[in-house]
Amino acid sequence: MPKYLMLKHYRGAPAPSNDVPLDKWTPEEWQAHVQFMGEFAERLQDTGEFVSADALAPEGTWVRFDGEGKPPVTDGPFPETKDLIAGWMIIDVADYDRALELAGELSAAPGAGGRPLGEWLELRPVMSEPPTVTE
Amino acid sequence: MTEADLRAAVPQVLAALVRRGAEFAAAEDAVQDALVEGLRTWVADPPHDVRAWLVTVAWRRYLDAVRSDAARQRRESPPPEEPVEVSGRDDSLQLYFLCAHPSLTPSSAVALTLRAVGGLTTRQIAEAYLVPEATMAQRISRAKKTVSGSRLDAPGDVGTVLRTLYLVFNEGYSGDVDLVAEAVRLTRQLHRAYDHPEVAGLLALMLLHAARRPARFSADGALVPLAEQDRTRWDTRLVAEGVSVLQAALAQDRLGEYQAQAAIAALHCDATSAEETDWVQVVEWYDELVALTGSPVARLNRAVAVGEADGPRAGLAALADLDPGLPRWPAVAAHLHEKDGDPVRAAELYAEAARAATNTAERDHLHRQAVRVKAIADPKL
Repeated sequence: MPKYLMLKHYRGAPAPSNDVPLDKWTPEEWQAHVQFMGEFAERLQDTGEFVSADALAPEGTWVRFDGEGKPPVTDGPFPETKDLIAGWMIIDVADYDRALELAGELSAAPGAGGRPLGEWLELRPVMSEPPTVTE
Repeated sequence: MTEADLRAAVPQVLAALVRRGAEFAAAEDAVQDALVEGLRTWVADPPHDVRAWLVTVAWRRYLDAVRSDAARQRRESPPPEEPVEVSGRDDSLQLYFLCAHPSLTPSSAVALTLRAVGGLTTRQIAEAYLVPEATMAQRISRAKKTVSGSRLDAPGDVGTVLRTLYLVFNEGYSGDVDLVAEAVRLTRQLHRAYDHPEVAGLLALMLLHAARRPARFSADGALVPLAEQDRTRWDTRLVAEGVSVLQAALAQDRLGEYQAQAAIAALHCDATSAEETDWVQVVEWYDELVALTGSPVARLNRAVAVGEADGPRAGLAALADLDPGLPRWPAVAAHLHEKDGDPVRAAELYAEAARAATNTAERDHLHRQAVRVKAIADPKL
């Protein structure tokens, strides 16, 4: 049972097929999109494939260690060009094909005009434990 | 009274309820309820007869559930309450077949087997596979729905049972519940109840790999490859048991993939060092395994053995016939190129293998190999 991470991007992903900027969506279109996401997660709970999901606020800060006894250095906000993660969902599925199928369904979440957004999702395998049988 | 004793009673209790006429899915829920209650209350006051207690409590829970269902559906006359006799008969074997039914996905079969045959709680299974308890509960509930039309006494498919147990063993996380130990326990129990050379083969395979677990990781948690393991730390009791189970299986002269894999593991366990391994015989067993399964992974491992038996050039020639896109192909190629005296190519391949690794232990190991071989290639670094 491999686990996969599906990443949604605010920025940095190629343009979706239904490419209308978020500020041009009506509240109803946004509501329908959010509702689809919630129902998608619920459906995966029912199939026994859901692990976790969260959405991220777009604001963030770069932080790094700056030596013993000194406060960490911060930088930000993120520049406009940066790859910006909007949220994720982790799934536990039979195989890669099933992960692809689910990512395709999630990408069809409704966008402007109620048409599928066709958003590009990043699908990444989660590292597993090493197998017990080694030869 | 240990948790293990309690868990061992679970399949017999479930089989007793089903024999009594209880429907499998509801009976399984009732047994789980009784198990959880036992785990909660017995610490202070364990009953004299564990199995009888579990049967009584589970049967009561089952009747309660049936009654409330019946009330909901405005039906009348729930089945009369009868005392459940606990017979000596053990048909928990049939549960193995049902829980690994071919209609189930491998992960559903694993979850259902661990709960209904292994006696683990949903929470323990969820923690072992790092998913939420609600997700695991759904997976189990759906699995039970899928097999609800199957009869418990119908002949089963031993192949899917073995695959399910192998998955528990091979992909076992070592959390609170030791899934490797659990897989060994369930396969031992199956082997006692069912005389089949491949059941014995799988048990032998598990025992021979479980024997090496104390040497698989260094004190700081790094993966130690077979060739570098401290073989004095291998569990000789498990090795002896594995070899004896394997010999009895091979004597039946019905070879299968688990026996062939166990034979390879036995040859490794038999050698006091990697150099003293009978690599020629290992290659012969890989030939058998490839003939039985055609598995590309078996061919890849065969190339490693050929590299030891006939030298790295022969190993590389065997590797050349295989798809470089196979998982672990770059790692095997790196190893063979290093043995062939080409540390530059080996370092590149180890680095490539580290990038493609699907678990952190192997990735870190391959990264260390890349660094080590690079230093050989260019001592100035």
